[in-house]
Amino acid sequence: MTLRELSASQPDSFSFTDENFSLSKRIIKKYPEGYQASAVIPLLDLAQRQEGWVSKPAIEFIADLLQMPVIRVLEVATFYTMFNLQPIGKKHIQVCTNLPCLLRGCDQVVKCCKDKLGINFGETTNDKMFSLSEVECAGACVNAPVVAINDDYYEDLTYDLMSKVIDRLVQGENIKIGSMINREGSSPVGNKKTLLEDPNHMVPKQDLLKAKADYEYQKKQKSISKGNN
Amino acid sequence: MPKLIIDGIEVEVKQGLTILQAAEEVGIEIPRFCYHDRLSVAGNCRMCLVEMEKSPKPVASCAMPVGDGMVIKTKSEKAVKARNGIMEFLLINHPLDCPICDQGGECDLQDQAMAFGFDKSRFIDNKRAVKDKYMGPIVSTKMTRCIHCTRCVRFVEEVAGVTEIGATGRGEDMEITTFLQASLESELSGNVVDLCPVGALTNKPYEFTARSWELNKTETVDVHDAVGSSIRVDSRGREVMRVLPRLNEDINEEWIADKSRNSCDGLKYQRLDTPLVRKNGVLESSSWGEAFDIIKKRLIGLNPNQIAALVGDLVDCESIMVLKDFMSKIGVQNLDCRQDGSLIDTRRRSSYIFNSTINGIDDSDCLLLLGTNPRKEAPIINARIRKRFLRGDYQIGLIGDAFDLTYNYNHISKTPEGVTSIVNEKNNFYNILKNSNKAMIIVGMSVFTHPDVNNIINSLYLLCDKTNVINKDWNGYNVLHTCASRVGGIDLGFVPGKSGKSTKEILIAAEKQDLKFIYLLGADEFDAKKIDKTFTVYQGHHGDRGANVADVILPGCAYTEKNGTYVNTEGRVQLASKAVSPPGEAKEDWKIIRALSEVVGCDLKYKTIDQVRKRMAWQNNIFADINRVYDDHSFFTGSSEFISSIPFHYPIKNYYQTDVISRASKTMAECTKEFSLNNNKRVEI
Repeated sequence: MTLRELSASQPDSFSFTDENFSLSKRIIKKYPEGYQASAVIPLLDLAQRQEGWVSKPAIEFIADLLQMPVIRVLEVATFYTMFNLQPIGKKHIQVCTNLPCLLRGCDQVVKCCKDKLGINFGETTNDKMFSLSEVECAGACVNAPVVAINDDYYEDLTYDLMSKVIDRLVQGENIKIGSMINREGSSPVGNKKTLLEDPNHMVPKQDLLKAKADYEYQKKQKSISKGNN
Repeated sequence: MPKLIIDGIEVEVKQGLTILQAAEEVGIEIPRFCYHDRLSVAGNCRMCLVEMEKSPKPVASCAMPVGDGMVIKTKSEKAVKARNGIMEFLLINHPLDCPICDQGGECDLQDQAMAFGFDKSRFIDNKRAVKDKYMGPIVSTKMTRCIHCTRCVRFVEEVAGVTEIGATGRGEDMEITTFLQASLESELSGNVVDLCPVGALTNKPYEFTARSWELNKTETVDVHDAVGSSIRVDSRGREVMRVLPRLNEDINEEWIADKSRNSCDGLKYQRLDTPLVRKNGVLESSSWGEAFDIIKKRLIGLNPNQIAALVGDLVDCESIMVLKDFMSKIGVQNLDCRQDGSLIDTRRRSSYIFNSTINGIDDSDCLLLLGTNPRKEAPIINARIRKRFLRGDYQIGLIGDAFDLTYNYNHISKTPEGVTSIVNEKNNFYNILKNSNKAMIIVGMSVFTHPDVNNIINSLYLLCDKTNVINKDWNGYNVLHTCASRVGGIDLGFVPGKSGKSTKEILIAAEKQDLKFIYLLGADEFDAKKIDKTFTVYQGHHGDRGANVADVILPGCAYTEKNGTYVNTEGRVQLASKAVSPPGEAKEDWKIIRALSEVVGCDLKYKTIDQVRKRMAWQNNIFADINRVYDDHSFFTGSSEFISSIPFHYPIKNYYQTDVISRASKTMAECTKEFSLNNNKRVEI
């Protein structure tokens, strides 16, 4: 679990880029007048996307923007573990270590990350390239074990596959996101077991044309009876 | 009105009450930590679980509204078992350090653990430890003990109006803190100590000095502002250890301001404990007899015009009465109890008191603040205004400097000219006042020290006349005093006689050396240099500005050391009780003056405090009834006057040091350093 308090080293100031500022205005507008404070989570997220992490000046900036007490913004920022309160590497490797991933061998994935990067959970490599953290369920258990790197999911990992992913990230190559063993979505490994027919030439079990004709007939009948009244 | 059965008793209560409140009405107490009468419902401690028929699970009685036909069991096996479980959970992480905890002996958790706890723990894991947080010079924290009831968070947001405390993190890692551990910037911050059900937030100056069971508890009233909050003075031997609020729905509810609570250590320092006489420019200790003899020699042969007497801010009514009688016996008319030089209209009682009463704020429907900063001058009244403001539909207008008052207001003007614009119907606030049934105007002391006071007051009277501020059911004209003895002094007529001089004139006369003799009864809040050349007798309890220039010093008692009468800004007569003995040779103030009168040769008739009180009631019959406020709906007649644009001069520059006691207090000095010197936000000039 990452440290839930503000970082010891903080930048002097924070302000949205022009683009993000106009985006923030649009986000605030989504909420009714007097309820601007509701925009605190999207704005903190926006700040994190801009800087990579949520700094003290960012919290103060957002509090000022939404006219809410700064402690309330801090409460939100510390409540959600997805907000990084410490400076973070370019690639944030978030390994899920919950039960389904553990059953499918996430301990090997963790071992790979630690071996390859030489860091522990909650740490950043010296070149500020990678940060490693342990997260709770990422919501992709069907393709466990799962690792989220920034916003992308890498699934069905093993020690070797994770090692390849890291190598490619280091070299700056593009990697196909999703299943690493070329599974289609979350369908079973290997051949399909269900839905084998070609969906374009499936024979519907109901006579759709007849059903449509029935429906139109009934509708007509109804409108006639209404007209009589 | 829903009817329900609680523990076999049928109750009919108002719609909207909770089960816990309904149970209280029939005298059944349900244990609780997070629930508090005056704060919003949080429902997070779960200690108040009760069994409700037809409900599969126990319900939190503090958050469950009553419904018709409910059957509640508060002592059934299921309810008790649920509470046992909650108590066990609370104690998982709460340290068992009661012997070294300041809250020990008055701790809700300790008491309830006795009633609902198990005698041993089933948990073998380590308890969590939390770093202590800094919250300023008044609140000390031991955060490991916190049970996350969030009472402090709700108090500072809802009552104090400064959203500074919050709960960061989540689950087991939840911690109560201020942003970046800044000090709590509120005049009511000490109340979080009383609210904390455990020893997480404790009283910093009182920390580790006494145990609650070894203290003598005296119920009395506070004198640090004119509100007259009900307090309880806890003392050990001759030392006042701490001051706590006492429930009084009419005045302070259950809060007190930080100055009232934490300036009590000032009672130990800078005390005058023996009569002092100035010999060759140096004050030397002396005896009562010698001091009286010197005063007698100085008084003989003086024309009454050459004598003056001033009464200070913390003086009880008995002493004022005796001094007034003494002075009238020797024919002195230069008397004043308004040492700040304010010219309060004393012709009628309703023109110098807080007529609407503090409770009346709850009923009022609009408010005009004139030349006042209630947050500094009377934090308790400010909290009441905020309470009314939060209920909604409340227009507040302000004429004067734009202070942060913890609620929104229309800033009408910075200078008193705003009064003219309202009276002449040029400002919309006129219509607001006109159209409401219970409008309030609060006039601060800075109006009465303003050079244009008469014109402002006359215009205000006209405003009251033209609008609906005073009607047969309501008097909305309020004067907010800043010192405890002012209303009592005016009630007893301690104001200049027909040819007498007021404070300002007395000081001018002293500078010109027209005066030969000044008697200061606890009077320190004026430019003492002006009376440097005049023979001065200072009677009081602290060596401060007045004592510095005095030639004879007579040691008196502070408010905790004597039985006395005080009249608060509402005109409510209240009795203060003696909690501890005065230091050294100090005597009760009224007795000193009476003894002096005997030496001087104009003996006063009374010998006991009851006789003095009878004399007071004869002087002004309001003193016959304690704790009563009189309704006075007499109308004022005013006139439209030209008002100059000179800005107001506010009486309180630094909230934490306004009188001799708070100036001698180390805690208040720390607060001053913390809030008023380093932080520009706090200093108002």
